Amino acid sequence: MKPIATITSPGVPLLRDNIDTDTIIPSREMTSTGRTGLADGLFAPWRYTDAATRVRDPAFALNQRDAIGTRLLLAGKNFGCGSSREHAVWALAEFGIEAIIAPSFAPIFKGNCLRNGLLPVELPEEVVRGLAWQMVEIDLDPQTVSAGSERWHFDIDPEAKTMLAEGLDAIDLTLKQKPAILQWLANDRCTRPWAYLEKPT
Amino acid sequence: MGQTLFDKIWNAHRIADTAGGAHLIAIDRVFLHERTGAAALRRMAETGRKVLDRARVFAVMDHIVDTRPGRGDGTLMPGGEGFITETRAATHAAGITLFDVNDRDQGIIHVISPEQGIVLPGLTLVAPDSHTCTQGAFGALAWGIGSSEAEHAMVTGTLRMERPRTMRVTFSGALSPGVTPKDMALALIAAHGAGGGAGHAVEFAGEAVRALDMEGRMTLCNMATEFSAMTGIIAPDAKTFGYLAGRPHAPEAFDDPYWSALHSDEDAVFDHDITINAGTIAPMVSWGTSPEHTIPVTGTVPQGPERAHDYIGLDAGAPLAGTPLDAAFIGSCTNSRISDLRRAAALLKGRRIAPGIRKALVVPGSLAVKRQAEAEGLDKVFEAAGFEWRMSGCSLCFYAGGEGFPDGSRVISSTNRNFEGRQGPGIRTHIASPETVAASAIAGVIADPRTVARAGEPA
Ligand code: SF4
Repeated sequence: MKPIATITSPGVPLLRDNIDTDTIIPSREMTSTGRTGLADGLFAPWRYTDAATRVRDPAFALNQRDAIGTRLLLAGKNFGCGSSREHAVWALAEFGIEAIIAPSFAPIFKGNCLRNGLLPVELPEEVVRGLAWQMVEIDLDPQTVSAGSERWHFDIDPEAKTMLAEGLDAIDLTLKQKPAILQWLANDRCTRPWAYLEKPT
Repeated sequence: MGQTLFDKIWNAHRIADTAGGAHLIAIDRVFLHERTGAAALRRMAETGRKVLDRARVFAVMDHIVDTRPGRGDGTLMPGGEGFITETRAATHAAGITLFDVNDRDQGIIHVISPEQGIVLPGLTLVAPDSHTCTQGAFGALAWGIGSSEAEHAMVTGTLRMERPRTMRVTFSGALSPGVTPKDMALALIAAHGAGGGAGHAVEFAGEAVRALDMEGRMTLCNMATEFSAMTGIIAPDAKTFGYLAGRPHAPEAFDDPYWSALHSDEDAVFDHDITINAGTIAPMVSWGTSPEHTIPVTGTVPQGPERAHDYIGLDAGAPLAGTPLDAAFIGSCTNSRISDLRRAAALLKGRRIAPGIRKALVVPGSLAVKRQAEAEGLDKVFEAAGFEWRMSGCSLCFYAGGEGFPDGSRVISSTNRNFEGRQGPGIRTHIASPETVAASAIAGVIADPRTVARAGEPA
């Protein structure tokens, strides 16, 4: 995963509330078990007037000239709700999105972002609206978003921040605690034997 | 101060705290399906990581399997067969238990997990599927995760989690006749919003919840994710233990003191409390494109977001009942269990679906449910009424790019999501209970199930 320090990009507004993962990447666009080949299907129901022939809808924000090369999406409340498919995040990342600013995120989606090096930033709705089409700079370390002469602070879990800043995988982080985990499991097997199953080899 | 049920299970699984203030939580069960599971297993194979305890990991083929009789690995979804064959190979290589396409125990992940006794009270169970909360009905902490987290859980036996807040939703009183757990869930979401449970683990409590059978409790917990909750949970009781005892992966008896303590203490404090009088709930039907766009079947469409009205093709002020339908669907992890099928069949017995209904499907939640229904003759009732009787799976609960409803159909559906395109491009979904689906299929329009007499009752 690529470490994140600063993200500078125009903010492309998709300011509806409750944008769900079926819209971000429709099930029919997920045609392999891998994590790639998804960017083309990103927001397919909105991006194309006809998903089959890929005729673009000129009215859709991501199809506007100012959105070319964008790394930042602005969204409404509860972004990423619905199906837990991680493909939504993979599709966004493959498309080039590195950060999303929204008043709130669906929890599973937010977790998926952090695990895949995509930065979810929560700011009040008025602030998000005000960033539309502006050149925005996000600095992970001081946890700030700035545009023009204004600047806002955002919160992020310190561990998630380390993972993003160092491009670390959560599994590597956790495996450092493997001895503690194995010890816990050995004790737990005695106190809750019924929670364990046997499988013939 | 007392502890909530959630606190008790969470604390019993808390291995350590992370630097960021999150908790390292032990995970007792991981359940994969072919739609998202192969991706996790593939990545593990690529990085050379292994499953820590393969006896506690399960997988099933349910999402994109064909549900037409005589099925094999082929599916109507383009590329679908690849998911099935890759999942099979990956689960065999990893040595985990797979419920394959035509295994006698195959079915929708959240339906077969309890049938097999894989979920147990007091366990933590995760699956890369948002409706994993269904299994909270058994007093387990069960929630949906992403593929990378599934990999994390399989490799490390843990997840790094921020502790959610707690919420109690109490349904006081008793449900009126013809009103179901599905209507309880929809009434909650309609009143408190599709984001109402965000950041919370929700415990469902109260007389009306205690009165539900296990299948009804599953329906209620299933919809917790549509309320944006991390999960839903119901304290286990004699019904819970009775349902699970002796199932293939469950103990013969539930005598560990840990189980009898699985309830919120009298003086436990929740971060948030909601009470709903169950007696005031009517059969609910969604009118728009979010589960919060739901009203009593007798209601009129309110003013909502313009895009929702445009998509669904109903104006504010229009009565919902009487809206003409093109298709009907009974199935999904919300409402595909034997009691759901029995209640729908009781309305359909001796009746026919209206001529305007061009496609009507019943998809049992598992092959075990299917066998039971056939033993009771329910398949014949559905077929005589004009429904197709299918093999088990997720089927048209979601559109994978293969089989669909006729173009532009308006569908009455016992599923959980009415999002744009959820059941196919341009398909307009109205979610409701199986009874409401059956009554509406007979009428050919959205209809109140309380106006249709059940088999054996005077009309
Ligand atoms: S039945 Fe529908 S909601 Fe349930 S697991 Fe399958 S696709 Fe998801």
